[in-house]
Amino acid sequence: MRKTFVAAVAGLLLAGSIGAASAADKLKVGFIYLGPIGDLGWTYQHEQGRLALVKELGDQIETTYLEKVPEGPDAERSIEQLARAGNKLIFTTSFGYMDPTLKVAKKYPNVHFEHATGYKRAPNMSTYSAKWYQGRYIQGLIAAKMSKTGVLGYIGSFPIPEVVSGINATILAAQTINPNIKVKIIWANTWFDPPKEADAAKALIDQGADVIMQHTDSPAAMQIAAERGKLAFGQDSEMIKFGPKAQLTSILDTWGPYYIERVKAELAGTWKSEDTWGGLDSHMFAMAPYTNMPDDVKKMAEDAQAAITAGKLHPFKCPVIGQDGKEVECKGGTSLDPGQILGMNFYVKGIDDKLPGK
Amino acid sequence: MQLVLEKRAERSNTIALVSPLIAIGLTIVTMSILFAILGKNPLLALHAYFIAPLTDSYSLQEIAVKATPLVMIAIGLSLCYLANAWNIGAEGQFLIGAVAGSWIAVKTQGTDAGAWVLPAMFVLAAVAGALYALIPAICKVKFGASEILTSLMLVYVADLFLDYLVRGPWRDPQGFNFPTTAEFDPVATVPVLIEGGRLHLGAIIALLVVAAAAVLLGRTIKGFEIRVVGAAPRAARFGGFNANQLIILTFAVSGALAGLAGIIEVAGPVGHLQPGISPGYGFTAIIVAFLGRLNPIGILIAGLFLALTFIGGEQAQIAMKIPLDVTKVFQGILLFYVLACDSLILYRFRLVFPNRQVTRGAG
Repeated sequence: MRKTFVAAVAGLLLAGSIGAASAADKLKVGFIYLGPIGDLGWTYQHEQGRLALVKELGDQIETTYLEKVPEGPDAERSIEQLARAGNKLIFTTSFGYMDPTLKVAKKYPNVHFEHATGYKRAPNMSTYSAKWYQGRYIQGLIAAKMSKTGVLGYIGSFPIPEVVSGINATILAAQTINPNIKVKIIWANTWFDPPKEADAAKALIDQGADVIMQHTDSPAAMQIAAERGKLAFGQDSEMIKFGPKAQLTSILDTWGPYYIERVKAELAGTWKSEDTWGGLDSHMFAMAPYTNMPDDVKKMAEDAQAAITAGKLHPFKCPVIGQDGKEVECKGGTSLDPGQILGMNFYVKGIDDKLPGK
Repeated sequence: MQLVLEKRAERSNTIALVSPLIAIGLTIVTMSILFAILGKNPLLALHAYFIAPLTDSYSLQEIAVKATPLVMIAIGLSLCYLANAWNIGAEGQFLIGAVAGSWIAVKTQGTDAGAWVLPAMFVLAAVAGALYALIPAICKVKFGASEILTSLMLVYVADLFLDYLVRGPWRDPQGFNFPTTAEFDPVATVPVLIEGGRLHLGAIIALLVVAAAAVLLGRTIKGFEIRVVGAAPRAARFGGFNANQLIILTFAVSGALAGLAGIIEVAGPVGHLQPGISPGYGFTAIIVAFLGRLNPIGILIAGLFLALTFIGGEQAQIAMKIPLDVTKVFQGILLFYVLACDSLILYRFRLVFPNRQVTRGAG
């Protein structure tokens, strides 16, 4: 009896190690996620990217992910765990992983890291992000057309440049339609907290907003807008099923092509540390179908999308007037330069609010 | 015939010893079934959980790093709980300690401040944590306010205060508006014990705290007072022990330890002040304190064990592709069995037959 038990244990362990041996030939690719893979927003889209990667290159790679990794003292350990487990290419998919990723990258010079939305790089650490402000500009046009009260509600996550540039792009676009457009901004101080996001949406609607836009990750705000008969934009992901009569469009993060490209480079031995900042033209994100709007608004949105994609329309075309009424220095010739957008730390004129910490 | 839970005449020391083992055994059986249902090899999964993290220096260090704040806070809490003072707000005291200590780090940033910086941060953090804990203690003693509620509510105050500082006055000017201070200077950073690892001086401080608590409770009059006031308040009154004074004392000590743990975490593994520095250490430490039976050595073991389930859970996610939710279920089941088995120390099962009903009361 005892002997058979020991034999069974040995057999199981042996089977396990054989399994591990055959997997060792494949390139191991790791992912660190901020939310649960079922957040239906930011992390969900990264998971879709990973699944697209597996579908394309599944016979040559093995992927692993850790979800709900907080942007605190545990992040460094989680990233290092992936590096130690033999992952040769590791994607860390939130801004707050920047310093932990850099620390681990220094410790593991032979492992390649890819950090989403950050600005610190190393010889073995790339960054990647998307020009979501382009999509925000299109949303601003639609919002100004569709709002009856002339008040937009905006749920911010953190007042970092990515979010601030989104707010500015929205307002600059809206002002071209309605110069008196107003925006109410609530900072949720979280990326993912559905009850908090829902409360923010309710408060904005109570303050007269009839179009809700968000830079947080869950569909909670969409659901509130749908309940109250208001309009809203989705975030990161297709959220139409949470507001079939409410969603105007949504910025869809499409990470799959980028992940496939980077893993192919790794497999071919041509991976280099790079800074990728792609827009509509390079398909780093896409716009969900334009719904719940009249045909002329839809056409306007499609035209704007085409113009931005073709490089004919720039959301931050000079002159950009700051909140203080002064013109912002135009470092990029005809529009603000990438550095000014990536480090954006001011509101444009017409936003009747104060940037936190300013 | 029915099965009833009946109070024992006196606590069973045998069960007290074996109950954690029974709990672990039951957890292993339950999880094996769950792993099998998920189509994972239960032996490999349990290996990834319990054994693999103990087999290399890296994981052992990580376990110690994770256990350090838990053990330090739990030791302080155990003193409170032994004296019947219910400090639920260690999380807030942890945060206030982190803030107070960071103040020195932020103000000396970029200057040529000497080696006094880190010790000063430790002292200030401990004092701030103690003062913060004294608020509910004094409200309790002077006005009879429930310390459970006041200490808990002060957690949110501390949280928002920290939030305000890193978004406003202390924000890193080069940090692109992200709510965080700049990285602390080397003199304001807790030294690492092993080159290239993450094990830091805090782990040694935690061990000293455990030893000090063991001496305090086992060898001193004060420790005796704490235990008597909690276990037999009437006897303590006859003995002339002042319960109110002990509430103040134990709250201050536990606040100081939580505050010290806070600055060690911030100046150690994190390296700067930011929101979310604590994944609920102050609350998890309550579990650690009770899991360790309010005994210093027990708390050390419980803290290390809980840390093992975190690290093991992560390794199981990587090695076995077991979802995070399952590792959470694992922790939950384990705690459930530990608490359930503990009830057998004071209670026992009895079969009761209706025709000769026994209504004997508890002893």
